[in-house]
Amino acid sequence: MNKSVYDSPDTTAVSKRHILTVLVDNEPGVLARVIGMFSGRGYNIDSLNVAEVSNDEHLSRITIVTEGTSEVVNQIEKQLLRIVPVHSVSNLDEEGSAVEAEVALVNIDLNDSNKKKIYEVCDFYRARKIENENNSIIFEIAGASERINRFIKEVNQITKIEIVRSGPVAISTYKNAKED
Amino acid sequence: MKQEMTGAEIVLQSLVDQGVEVVFGYPGGAVLPIYDTLFKQNSIKHVLVRQEGGAIHAAEGYARSTGKVGVVLVTSGPGATNVVTGLTDAMMDSIPIVCITGQVPQHLIGSDAFQECDTTGITRPCTKHNYLVKDPNKLSPVFHEAFTIAQDGRPGPVLIDIPKDVQFAKGNYVEKEKIIIPSHRLFEPEIFKHDDKINEVVDLISKAKKPIFYIGGGCINSGPKASELVAKFVEITGAPATMTLMGLGVIGSSHPNSLGMLGMHGMYEANMAMHECDVMINIGARFDDRVTGRLDAFSPNSKKIHIDIDESNINKTIKVDVPVVGDVTNVLNKIIKTWKDKKLKTNSSDLKLWWDKINKWKKIDCLNFSNDEKEIKPQYAIQRLYELTKDKKTFITTEVGQHQMWAAQFYKFEKPNRWLTSGGLGTMGYGFPAAIGAQVANPDALVIDIAGDASILMNIQEMSTAVQYRLPVKIFILNNEYMGMVRQWQELLHGGRYSESYTDSLPDFVKLAESYKAVGLRAKKPEELDDVINEMISTDKTVIADIWVSKEENCFPMIQSGSAHNEMVLSKDQKQDKSSAEKGKILV
Repeated sequence: MNKSVYDSPDTTAVSKRHILTVLVDNEPGVLARVIGMFSGRGYNIDSLNVAEVSNDEHLSRITIVTEGTSEVVNQIEKQLLRIVPVHSVSNLDEEGSAVEAEVALVNIDLNDSNKKKIYEVCDFYRARKIENENNSIIFEIAGASERINRFIKEVNQITKIEIVRSGPVAISTYKNAKED
Repeated sequence: MKQEMTGAEIVLQSLVDQGVEVVFGYPGGAVLPIYDTLFKQNSIKHVLVRQEGGAIHAAEGYARSTGKVGVVLVTSGPGATNVVTGLTDAMMDSIPIVCITGQVPQHLIGSDAFQECDTTGITRPCTKHNYLVKDPNKLSPVFHEAFTIAQDGRPGPVLIDIPKDVQFAKGNYVEKEKIIIPSHRLFEPEIFKHDDKINEVVDLISKAKKPIFYIGGGCINSGPKASELVAKFVEITGAPATMTLMGLGVIGSSHPNSLGMLGMHGMYEANMAMHECDVMINIGARFDDRVTGRLDAFSPNSKKIHIDIDESNINKTIKVDVPVVGDVTNVLNKIIKTWKDKKLKTNSSDLKLWWDKINKWKKIDCLNFSNDEKEIKPQYAIQRLYELTKDKKTFITTEVGQHQMWAAQFYKFEKPNRWLTSGGLGTMGYGFPAAIGAQVANPDALVIDIAGDASILMNIQEMSTAVQYRLPVKIFILNNEYMGMVRQWQELLHGGRYSESYTDSLPDFVKLAESYKAVGLRAKKPEELDDVINEMISTDKTVIADIWVSKEENCFPMIQSGSAHNEMVLSKDQKQDKSSAEKGKILV
């Protein structure tokens, strides 16, 4: 996909998933700047995760999963770097070795007939039951997105569930990964 | 010792500290404290426009003609929304602007208060950066950072939104020297860590058989030194050079190596040379779609060097072979030094063959038009305007449309910063307020807005501004009673169905000028043209010159949308093939 009004000569490039991790000054409007760039320039966000990572320096880490050809993702990185409060952008996929994880909370419709089966699946995936005041059956599962997908698929085959997912966060496995 | 003052005073002190001389603005409820402070001082001049949209274009004209930052001051709500077009225009054309907007007091934000709007939200995509300042102590650091960001790297507009209570509240002022801006918030050129890139550039150019320089507005933004360096390097190599609409004036039109403008309405020889070159040296241009034409046929056999300060422009639409990210002045200094150190030379016999080819294309005489004895041809009007003003210190601004392209083709620019036009956004209504800004900055210069009859009406209210400040701006209207470029596209692509492109009920421009106590002139016939132009120049007042030109003249040569550089249409009689015309119709 080319961003010109004219046809692109390059139609052979393959589109794949990329995890971008963006270090930003935690100031008002910074998230809007980042996601506004995506919508304004017609890029997709598959998932988005943002939290402050350094209290004293007011830094936040935004993790974005997007899909595109390497040209498109390269352009996304460059456009992100134009945003004033952005410190650095890393494409963890390109850098190779990175670990990623996400959290899902699953509210499960449990009854006597499916109880045993569901607990088996939860045990297998090491999903942890979270106690709560209304005594709903809520499990928490953390790990790679793929594993969570499989867990959800299996439980979903047994009973009705409600899911929330954080979207993945990821970190480079290089020692002393330098930020900027 | 730190001084305690009101937010409004801090705003003014920051502007003074930044060397601001002029502010273009319009008062309103949410900026009254700043206007009150403005009233009590003498160091900053305020130019009152008649609509906020005029203020920001005037600031753009001021900035583009001087290289300084243009400053705008408007109120909240409609004041802020009216500057959105100008901010976008400045963003697209990389013009340094600081725009100050008032905001409702903080306790009312979010309550749909009178004249409240989410200014920072609305302007986020059309500014380089923007701020909502909630603490008077942060005002001066924000202002100093804003001025730096507006000019740093690729210039652009920065907006500062200040709630009314912050303008009243007391705070400390910090001098600009004491502000430290973290480096990640500014432009960081990576290039000079790798000298090999520069080596690659000079080697490629020295081995080129058919090189061409493709020069853009970045060379103007880099400062007057950049234009000198570009011209110097072009001369050293002996290669031809073509300029974008924004780059006109970097190398003088009369320079033997200049091929003039390229692109959709550019010179035939420039476009053909771009198509056939083997090494293209893009300096400060961004492969805009008005320049490239069809991408899959864009300069198919060339190695491309791209010097740009904005890394996101590299490989955005055109894949390049050697990218160099940096400021034109720095990069060219380095390139010229390396070229000399290595004692490089271009091959003169190869270059001669290349120039022979280019000179053949020149013989086509693509700007040729059939002049007429009864009607004023618009091209002829610009030719005469050029001849009669070329020896003066002249600034030309334009609106957008046919007149803009004819001005770019027929007015010859010899210096940078003398040509002010809306390139990226294509904003009708830009030229007149931009001329006001340029005239404010250059009181002794001749400033002419070459306009169309449709465009000029988009900001005609600024006549009051021009007259109030005794600005002798000249408005040179090529009046064909049409939105000429719309009509041309309708003729070429929509079967001549002139849907809504005829401007009925035009005002009598002479009487209009007189009603503002300006001077109105009119030329209906070719023999009247020179007298009108001369009278316009010699009148030390705001002048509207209403030039009646041929109604259905088309702007040629033209690369129709969907076509390539080597598929230029030179005249009306030369029809484009149907299939590519159909394909081009859906494009802009």
